[in-house]
Amino acid sequence: MTYILVLEQILNGLQLGIMLFLMAAGLTLVFGVMGLINLAHGSLYMVGAFAAAAVAGWTGSFLLALIASLAAAAAAGALMELVVIRRLYRRDHLDQVLATFALILIFSEGTRWLFGSFPLFLDVPSYLSGPVSLPGGIEYPLYRLTIILIGLAIAAGLFLLIARTRIGIQIRAGEADREMIAALGVDISKLYTLVFALGAALAGLAGALVGAIQSVQVGMGEPVLILAFVVIVIGGIGSIKGALAGALLVGMTDTLGGVFLPQLFALFMDPASAASAGASLASMLIYILMAAILLVRPSGLYGGSA
Amino acid sequence: MKTIRMLAMAAAVPALAAAAQADTKIGMITTLSGGGAGLGVDVRDGFMLAIEQDGREGVEVVIEDDQRKPDVAVQIADRMIQSEKVDVMTGIIWSNLAMAVVPAATAQGVFYLSPNAGPSALAGKRCHPNYFNVAWQNDNLHEAAGAYANEAGLKNSFILAPNYPAGKDALTGYKRMYGGELAGEIYTKLGQTDYAAEIAQIRASGADSVYFFLPGGMGISFLKQYAGSGVDLPVVGPAFSFDQGILQAVGDAALGVKNTSQWNKDIDNEANAAFVASFQEKYGRLPSLYASQGFDTANLILSALDKSEASDADAFRAALKAAEFASVRGDFKFGDNHHPIQDIYVREVIKEGDVFTNKIIATGLSDHADAYAGECKM
Repeated sequence: MTYILVLEQILNGLQLGIMLFLMAAGLTLVFGVMGLINLAHGSLYMVGAFAAAAVAGWTGSFLLALIASLAAAAAAGALMELVVIRRLYRRDHLDQVLATFALILIFSEGTRWLFGSFPLFLDVPSYLSGPVSLPGGIEYPLYRLTIILIGLAIAAGLFLLIARTRIGIQIRAGEADREMIAALGVDISKLYTLVFALGAALAGLAGALVGAIQSVQVGMGEPVLILAFVVIVIGGIGSIKGALAGALLVGMTDTLGGVFLPQLFALFMDPASAASAGASLASMLIYILMAAILLVRPSGLYGGSA
Repeated sequence: MKTIRMLAMAAAVPALAAAAQADTKIGMITTLSGGGAGLGVDVRDGFMLAIEQDGREGVEVVIEDDQRKPDVAVQIADRMIQSEKVDVMTGIIWSNLAMAVVPAATAQGVFYLSPNAGPSALAGKRCHPNYFNVAWQNDNLHEAAGAYANEAGLKNSFILAPNYPAGKDALTGYKRMYGGELAGEIYTKLGQTDYAAEIAQIRASGADSVYFFLPGGMGISFLKQYAGSGVDLPVVGPAFSFDQGILQAVGDAALGVKNTSQWNKDIDNEANAAFVASFQEKYGRLPSLYASQGFDTANLILSALDKSEASDADAFRAALKAAEFASVRGDFKFGDNHHPIQDIYVREVIKEGDVFTNKIIATGLSDHADAYAGECKM
């Protein structure tokens, strides 16, 4: 095992973490500000990927595809909020879970009806394909590097938005006391729609970015959604900083655990059973991490006293 | 009101009489919604094409969606057997669903013909006289890939598959035939979509080739990421990651990849040429291996119905076993455990005009039977 392999895996973990952050940011904002569990967040990820694949197919431009993914997911999110979610804020979590689970089914079958049952094609544009040589002799796919950079830029943008702008102040105030800020004259329902659309747009962008190196198909959002929930629980619900820390932690643990656990097991087992046992334990690793963190900090790394 | 009902009855009587002669009910449980729907849709379309081309009366097909969930499949199967009284069942794509449905169905005297899943248990110890597999035993395509690797002079393969029973069967099948060294053996998570970590390991391993079994979306993700990584080793896989439905989503990344299959659209026989042309005409897309399996399954049932009614179990079973139908694969026969003995080919992914498809380049294994036949006592 060389240090190059280790460095490359750390970059891979970083990239997975960044992608998870884009998903988790919207989820944690919606949960923090509106107190809503949105299981259909994964569907917005799928909407983004399908919109990108469709637009890339028509125009051939990856940039337009990304813009389309943002627009389509934000529009779908705003529509979802206006038609369904709005009625759920005052209901308990069980009703929210039920209604948003129904939304998953509606979005999945609706997408299948529109685009068919077969996976769609969305490829990395030629100017971003292939590997680049990084200092230290690491060959790393340029596209993944781009994802890391885009994600970091968005994370920085979100921090500025939350910390420095008027909207950000309103969002933070909404998290703390929603009646109070309504009494102060902020149009709370418009704010909610805006936050929801923002979260949706980020999920859609994540779907489009990842769709280019994975498969664009119905149901692609659900596995990511589960990871995103783990991230926000680890990071502390409602905290963007927590979402970033949680996402990077989960990304690193998942990637490095998947690679090095089987090799660790191989030191004292035969290769075939080490591969199998190591892989099994590696897939549990993030949940073990989550349980351990919740034991020490029950409301997550950056969670308030909920 | 009364007259209308009388008229309706009068009209229904001749139909009933015709149906009473040979009323065969076929229950198809397959995956028509969610992520794996492409496979079920292909099996159904291939199957119904054959039924339609045959055009006989008295064969009724009931189709239900299992949503890729074992519990749903079991519920549908119970309903089909107990209230709809089907004679023959078919359609299941996934091995875990097949294991949940098939043993119970065959124990209740229903015939089950598998158009896809071929778990090792049903080929060996738990084989059943009423169970026929028209596709392959799960290990078969992987065995052919192992044999091909020897022939192609590959000596140091890196192999990977998802961590679930069919994934383990796959790597077992490959290793059964492959004679070289293993540069690495990895089990990935089922449903995993990011393979950066595995590709980095492949790069560092010094392998001379990669063998992977990652069906459906997993394979699309792997191939696209592999192509972008700059690792330039030859890739071999089973047909599941290179079927007609998936190739268009993979794009250029799949070009030149060798994969193993019991069927391809360029197998030269009359039945196959007619099948490919009529499938394309009816559905506006090229058939996949799943569609060919559905088509063969329907034709096998129809050929058996020519000789016997499904209600006469012994005669119908013998007629199925004889397999006297024009398979799109060419030669086709059943072994003693009711699994196919057939040729398995090596294909290469090519581009025809704008469409990615496969071309046969060699025969991987001839008249190949499965490794579990000896364990079957029936």
